[in-house]
Amino acid sequence: MKPTRWAGRAAGRRAVVGWAAGGALACLAGVGAFLGIAYRSGLPTVPTPKASDFPVELVSRGAALATIGDCIVCHTADGGAAYAGGRALATPFGTLYSTNITPDRETGIGGWSKEAFKRAMRDGVSRDGRHLYPALPYDHYRRVHDGDLDAIYAFLMTRPATSAPAKANELIFPLGFRPLLAGWKLLFLHQEEFTPRPDHDAVWNRGAYLAEGLGHCSGCHSPRNLAGAEETGGSAYSGGMAEGWVAPALNGAGPAAIPWTADSLFTYLRTGVEGRHGAAAGPMGPVVHGLSRAPESDVRAIATYIASLSADRTAPETPAPPDRTAEAAKANPAAAALFAGACAGCHEGGAPMMTQGRPGLSTVTALQLDRPDNAIRAILQGIHPPTGPAGPTMPPFAASLTDAQVADLAAYLRTRFSDRPAWTSLEAASATVRKEESQP
Amino acid sequence: MSPVLPSLSRRGFLTGGALVVSFALAPRAFAQLAGGGEGGAGPTVVAPDLKGSLKSTPWLDAWIRIDADGRVTVFTGKVELGQGIRTALTQVAAEELDIPPAAITLVTADTERTPDEGLTAGSHSMQDSGTAIQNAAANVRMLLAAEAARGWGLPADQVTTGGDGRLHAPDGRSLPYGEVAARLSLHVQAVPDAPLRRPSDYRTLGRELPRIDIPAKLTGGAAYLHDMRLPGMLHARVVRGPSVGTSLQSPDLDAVARMPGVVKIVRQGGFLAVVAERQWTAIQALRHLQRAAYARTQSPLPADGTGDAVAATLKALPARDIPIMDTGEPAGPAIRTVKARYTRPWISHGSIGPSCAIAQYVDGTMTVWTHSQGTFDVHRVVAELLGLPPERVHAIHAEGAGCYGQNGADDVAADAAVIAKAVPGHPIRLQWMREQEFGWEPLGPGMMTELEAALGADNRIVSWRHAVWSNPHNNRPVGAGGVLAGNEADPPFPAPEGKPIPMPEGDGSRNSNPLYSFANTHVVYHFLKDMPVRVSALRSLGAHLNVFSIESMLDELAAGAGIDPLAIRLDHMRDERARDVMQAAADRFGWSKRPKGDGRRGCGMAFARYKNLGAYCAVAMEVEVDRETGRTLVRRAVAAVDCGQPANPDGVRNQIEGGLVQSLSWTGREAVRFAADRRASFDWSSYPILRFGDVPGSVEVVVMDRPGAPFLGTAEAAQGPSAAALANAIADATGVRLRDMPLSPERLKAALGPV
Amino acid sequence: MTVTITVNGADHALDIDPATPLLYVLRDDLELNGAKYGCGLGQCGACTVHIDGKPAFSCLTPVGAVAGRRIRTVEGLGSADAPGLLQQAFEKEQAAQCGYCIAGMLMRAQALLDRNPDPDEAQIRAHMQTNLCRCGTHMRILRAIRRAVAMRKGVQSAQDVRP
Repeated sequence: MKPTRWAGRAAGRRAVVGWAAGGALACLAGVGAFLGIAYRSGLPTVPTPKASDFPVELVSRGAALATIGDCIVCHTADGGAAYAGGRALATPFGTLYSTNITPDRETGIGGWSKEAFKRAMRDGVSRDGRHLYPALPYDHYRRVHDGDLDAIYAFLMTRPATSAPAKANELIFPLGFRPLLAGWKLLFLHQEEFTPRPDHDAVWNRGAYLAEGLGHCSGCHSPRNLAGAEETGGSAYSGGMAEGWVAPALNGAGPAAIPWTADSLFTYLRTGVEGRHGAAAGPMGPVVHGLSRAPESDVRAIATYIASLSADRTAPETPAPPDRTAEAAKANPAAAALFAGACAGCHEGGAPMMTQGRPGLSTVTALQLDRPDNAIRAILQGIHPPTGPAGPTMPPFAASLTDAQVADLAAYLRTRFSDRPAWTSLEAASATVRKEESQP
Repeated sequence: MSPVLPSLSRRGFLTGGALVVSFALAPRAFAQLAGGGEGGAGPTVVAPDLKGSLKSTPWLDAWIRIDADGRVTVFTGKVELGQGIRTALTQVAAEELDIPPAAITLVTADTERTPDEGLTAGSHSMQDSGTAIQNAAANVRMLLAAEAARGWGLPADQVTTGGDGRLHAPDGRSLPYGEVAARLSLHVQAVPDAPLRRPSDYRTLGRELPRIDIPAKLTGGAAYLHDMRLPGMLHARVVRGPSVGTSLQSPDLDAVARMPGVVKIVRQGGFLAVVAERQWTAIQALRHLQRAAYARTQSPLPADGTGDAVAATLKALPARDIPIMDTGEPAGPAIRTVKARYTRPWISHGSIGPSCAIAQYVDGTMTVWTHSQGTFDVHRVVAELLGLPPERVHAIHAEGAGCYGQNGADDVAADAAVIAKAVPGHPIRLQWMREQEFGWEPLGPGMMTELEAALGADNRIVSWRHAVWSNPHNNRPVGAGGVLAGNEADPPFPAPEGKPIPMPEGDGSRNSNPLYSFANTHVVYHFLKDMPVRVSALRSLGAHLNVFSIESMLDELAAGAGIDPLAIRLDHMRDERARDVMQAAADRFGWSKRPKGDGRRGCGMAFARYKNLGAYCAVAMEVEVDRETGRTLVRRAVAAVDCGQPANPDGVRNQIEGGLVQSLSWTGREAVRFAADRRASFDWSSYPILRFGDVPGSVEVVVMDRPGAPFLGTAEAAQGPSAAALANAIADATGVRLRDMPLSPERLKAALGPV
Repeated sequence: MTVTITVNGADHALDIDPATPLLYVLRDDLELNGAKYGCGLGQCGACTVHIDGKPAFSCLTPVGAVAGRRIRTVEGLGSADAPGLLQQAFEKEQAAQCGYCIAGMLMRAQALLDRNPDPDEAQIRAHMQTNLCRCGTHMRILRAIRRAVAMRKGVQSAQDVRP
């Protein structure tokens, strides 16, 4: 993976990658002139609004929007109070800690006015004037309508206040110097509030609004430039990386053996598993966790919009999924035995998982991607049910299979279940993931 | 370790000891019904004056054998299910024989060696077998003392025991039990009034003897049927569709027959199994056969879902109304009436170890090792299924994984016997696969109740109506029609029609009759004999939902009237022991000083006496609710239990603690999912149960001290109260009353709303 | 083909299909009872053993994959006559009901203690999350693990380390 990408195991999952490189770039651009534009004033604190200040309908709407934005995932530590922050977001540039967004006066956003909140969401500036790291995807939140930000504000300000002081970030020099972030923003923070496209219907427009704004799908599913900003235009949604996982292209360039439809996307986004594509894994897990609880109509809208991105680029014909058992066994005989003993109980014909309509490997996207990362990560780390205790599960094999065996198995799977070119450097890729796993 | 060894033959058994002069078991009628409190009449009562299972097996040598060398063997028709009964019964016998527990070998259910005590179920083991062994041992001790006294020329009451396996005269002479026993026949009927040892003299009973079976379980010893390895043993897998009511269409038998290591394909009628030299070969053959398409052969399964879906399914079934309780007492007018419906979905037993059995057919005799709760039922089932004379079938219990009712154990035993008959000579070890256990075992039935209760002006309950809808919970197989292999035979043995268990034990009606004193109580059981899902007994049967309903309703009434939940219970309870356990739980919990419900944290309590006949159990717990996710964590729970004289207080704590945690899993998160043509819960990812991340912060169990009081069944006592205490604590914490199980995060979050 | 595996320090050469899951080899060929078949899917942990010191599901580990690697089962922790420290702690707490899950629990917990001799309550619970118990013995299992930690530290009573 490219060094500019945020390749760490960010627990915060969907954070925007690459901002650090942007900061470094800005540093090179010349610090002196830059400090002038970097300054942002603090906004005054206000009395903490009371829960009763907000109409219930507004709070309810905010709740639904916050679910789609998945605020709770990054802003809740393992075992911690909801929205009280403290989750470690590990990056190659150091560790960031999410902040407390409960209405606690001292340690949360209890003293924040609605204006301060909106400025943070749109400009990435804290109430006190400090620049916020683009782990908060404010480049997307700029697209969110004013009224929806009001609703999210109402929702957050009606959460129980939890006292949880921010933990100090642990970033490598000079990235702890926040004014550098102004440079990144100068270059890349130009998004406008979403405007509906008259050539599309209301469902599509709702989906586009949510996906481009709060959902920030392209944050992972678009490539990023050297400065870590999303590529736009023709490259948008052509696939990216997130926390070491491939975020497949959503623009039709993706390798899904069977094209996605709005219906199959809906099932996937809602449940984390779709019978002909696979299960949500890695940073997509928390996305599905949120969407499984979001209003169904909003998830359908997002599915409609995402499906439309590839509508004119996918082959209408459904190819017969390949399953070349003999060829694969000939190419990787030892791996055929590994597959029989380790994988077949779920993934071979006759296995109960197959009878129950879970995805078969010949249609699983991970085996069709150009890069083996997702397959290797799934093998080593397993898959955890994204929406709750029930759902797609795969045990980790890191303890039982060596890197050479993982590589052999991945090669076997590629040969057996895909028509695409063989993967290379598999053992090294496995070793890289394993090394990352073994870090505390 | 005894369970893994083939039992002694009867000849060996009879010649091996000094005392057994003839086989002392009552004749068994072939068509005898299952006993043990889960329906049926149990073994025939021949001595009604005696206590416990002595009523049906009154001869002392059926229970106790003392060899000339002093070795003591105790026989029980009950079996170890992980509930610690081996240890408890050993303690009972040791106490009344007045010998060290280590001197005793306990033999559990074996159709050629032990009394038939029906099922090991319904928390009956201590009441039935514990009481029988206690009295039988007291009889034996009395006879030994009398015989020693006769030899010494002393009055019988001059001879004492000292806990060392010897009889003592006042002048210092003493004789070992074995020597005295050799002069004596124990083939005599027990007398009802043999004196029991005084509780103040107890050396073993009531002590925390470490469980006999635990060391092997911790160290890889041979502890389970699954661990038996017999010479020439082959491995089998039975081949079925994904779940009950499906069958495979054209499985590829030819390919499997050609697989190296496959010994035989057994196909008889609709029954199909594969036998191989190695377990792995059998599994691979199974998987290959399961590639075949399947078809549904029975009516569709109920609509997936809980709450309303369960209610709709049950209400659509024809009901037979069985009055349970009807009292009419003068009472003041109703001031506040609450009406509510409560439901429970179908629940899986969820044994961690899929069911297993070993069967061997040699010289016309079938031996079956089974971990069924009904060893004697397995005997009856196998004999009928295979058309063998009863004396040609020998069923022996060996321990399995916890079953919590009728899981696949009975079916797999019958499956193994069918296979063994087709492969004579070889022991056949058959273990079900995980998905077969989920797909084919009988589930705990879905249920619903409707309650309507009213408080009068003086905060007394002036009327109480309780209606419960349920399928039979008592589908224990007593013949070939009760097991899957019987239904698959050609011609099939028809599945018997479901029958209710009459009160006072009840099945769906179990614990629907409140122990409280309410004026004008009307309880009716809408018995639903037609079963859209294969169901049978699950630990506590209907008590889980009935107690949940009663105890939830009490809190609903109390909350509306501003009465403390403990006060409303005590105000309506006359049974002193019930009052004591409630108070004990409340005191240990700190009920009077508990934090008040504040939107997130809250406390709840509940009580029941299991079946109104068994142990008394009260549970109090404090929960914390995450309002954003609906996730409920039990911060701490306290239970108090009165089970009469506890044989082993730590064993009682273990059972109550376990029952509480298991009930939290059932109540808080479990529901079997259905697709139209199959059960959709097939593994732990589609049927998640409680894991360590969600278990309580702490669980404490207070065991009431009741020296010498009769044993009261304990193992299922916590299920109902724990379920209701959880709902009551959630209601106290959030103001939201959840009436449909599971009380899942999703359900609670939906009820809480976004704000 | 012949596969040589090292279990609890002893080498075993087996003529066997290398795909055979280690679980069946341990149970049927080496006649070790500890690891149990629970699900065959890596979801319940009843089959847990250590491979090179790490806890793994033996039901999904092809025996060919572990040739030459160190395998440890619950039998390797101690015996009924000479139980290991963790086994002693489980015995002391009577941390079993049916006990079918317990060998897996022991191996899972042992892996934690080998890596971290003084885990806190949250770490213990998180680590044990992979293993299922149906009898509801969780509280005792947790107590037993805490007791083992205390025993290692020389504290005789686990009371001192209860949360």
